[in-house]
Amino acid sequence: MNLDKLQKKLFAAARANPPSDRVPYAFEKRILARLAARRVEDARSQWGAALWRGAAACVAVTVLLSVWSFSGFNRPRSGANLSQDLEHTLLASADEVDNNW
Amino acid sequence: MQPTDAELIAAVLKGDTASFEPLIAKYSPRVFATARRHARRESEVEDIVQEVWAKAFQKLGSFRGEAPFEHWLMRLAVRTCYDFLRAHQRNREISFSELSEPESDWLDHFVADPDRSDENATAAGQLIERILALLSAPARLVITLQEIEGRSVKEIAELTGWSVTLVKVRAFRARAEMRKCLQKLARDKYW
Repeated sequence: MNLDKLQKKLFAAARANPPSDRVPYAFEKRILARLAARRVEDARSQWGAALWRGAAACVAVTVLLSVWSFSGFNRPRSGANLSQDLEHTLLASADEVDNNW
Repeated sequence: MQPTDAELIAAVLKGDTASFEPLIAKYSPRVFATARRHARRESEVEDIVQEVWAKAFQKLGSFRGEAPFEHWLMRLAVRTCYDFLRAHQRNREISFSELSEPESDWLDHFVADPDRSDENATAAGQLIERILALLSAPARLVITLQEIEGRSVKEIAELTGWSVTLVKVRAFRARAEMRKCLQKLARDKYW
């Protein structure tokens, strides 16, 4: 079988039988209705996406702060523990008064 | 007087969705014809065309008006058809022993007298459809655009978004695939 000739014949057949350009009845109305429905969905999905992005940002900030608070960066430089620092801070004004007397 | 495409597009972009309707009515026949080149079932064709118009509406803001709207729309249509072909890669191991009677008769006539076989016959059209369905998505698209629609490599590159080199490579591979399919057809039918 001459495959080159067969290929040419088949391509010619495809060119000779172009597909129909018939459009179904009221197709444009259907498309418009679908687009309108899609717009409502889009508005909702945009809100949803914005809220999810906000939630993700909040989680990221929380994680970063947690990491920072448990890491060594925020440890007091004096080496004193938290209770002593708290006591000094609270009684600082009282110490000043004692010194003035 | 009928509003021009540019006026209709400007109105749609301002929020007048109804102005999109005349564009759909005007260009749908071409989009349907393109979709029918790539899909056989009418429900699939309608899905493709709906997708094309949905994308056109969504991306209308990116249409700069440098080329006619029809060209921009046809690029969208071809790319949507390609996406469809890739998503619907059917079982490509079909045997040609299942040819319909008219297809089989047409082939017999061709083998008997290749020069006198009728290329306008519906059976030949069905046969090429069957062969195209066996090709990979890029091969089918390139064969359809280049050999059947008679488009140049540059036009195909513009329509598909591929580079000229990629189109040439894919056209070469597509012809090789086509050749294999025809060999399989000859083997299944006559050997």
